[in-house]
Amino acid sequence: MEAKTLNNIPTSASSVQHAFRSGFVKGFPIFLGYLPIAIAYGVLAVQTGLSLVQLTAMSILVFAGASQFMGARMIGAGTSVLEVVIATFILNFRHFVMSLSFMNKSRALPISWKIPLSLGLTDETFAVSSLHSSEANKKYGKVFFATITLLAYSAWVGGSLLGGLLGEIVPEKLSQSMNIALYAMFIGLLVPSVKKEVRVGFIAVISMIINFMLVNLKVSEGWAIVIATVIGAFFGIFLLKEDEEK
Amino acid sequence: MIWTIIIGMSIVTLLPRLIPVFIVDKVSFPSWVNKWLDAVPYAALGALIFPGIMSVIPDKPIIGILGGMVAIIIAFFEVNVIIAVLGAITTVYLFTL
Repeated sequence: MEAKTLNNIPTSASSVQHAFRSGFVKGFPIFLGYLPIAIAYGVLAVQTGLSLVQLTAMSILVFAGASQFMGARMIGAGTSVLEVVIATFILNFRHFVMSLSFMNKSRALPISWKIPLSLGLTDETFAVSSLHSSEANKKYGKVFFATITLLAYSAWVGGSLLGGLLGEIVPEKLSQSMNIALYAMFIGLLVPSVKKEVRVGFIAVISMIINFMLVNLKVSEGWAIVIATVIGAFFGIFLLKEDEEK
Repeated sequence: MIWTIIIGMSIVTLLPRLIPVFIVDKVSFPSWVNKWLDAVPYAALGALIFPGIMSVIPDKPIIGILGGMVAIIIAFFEVNVIIAVLGAITTVYLFTL
């Protein structure tokens, strides 16, 4: 992992450490939020008839919370392969839009890092990484993003395994209360950006309203989020100034 | 059967995440597309927060809203996000006692 290029700036070792530490601090709320949800997923998956290996493999290979709960439930209900796969595609398609946004911001990163980072993109890693996308232009930005992604991934895979192995280990009242964790993290990311530039808040509110309307019109959750994100962000073309990040 | 489902779910989840890497590698966008993509994180955050936050405690949407309001207030002081997360968890926990 050590960068050995000779013409590096001499402080490179400490900036790797700095990027790692900074990624750890920014990524830790995801870790905390994922753990109870992953445990709950593991518990549910065992109940619906997945083996420990299968439920853990799903977390390793899919790494997308809501769709795994849905998948486990559908497997339990004996739904056909095609139906589960199509529902998963719809629910997770928003990651395409998110990945396009993040990769466009991170053109400076080497492609050998962008590939694994894209595979590890979730709502949460995207949100945290994007709101710190200026890291992409720093020398060890890749370490920063990789730390966030690996932290999230280890919480998700590890938590699933724990849930499948030990069952309900978080008291139900507490794990129910922890459902708010990731929402609070999203809010914690959004509010400082709105303080800095209030138009960013308009974009978010427009998107909330569109999403709310679509959900009430019984549009599936997956498409509702995709449509709300795409249209909400479209307002950014008029609302955001050039080079918003700087 | 379960393994087929898992592999299928993996492919349809990972491909949409991966394809943008190669799109961005090949194409450079006009400035309005860049601005649109720059706004995606904020729009996505909006859509991810609301109305989903109301289903934190099923049938009691107000508890999710209250937890969210506590998070907003804490986040306003620009402390570490973890404080907002813990504050919201505590709020929801106290209201469900």
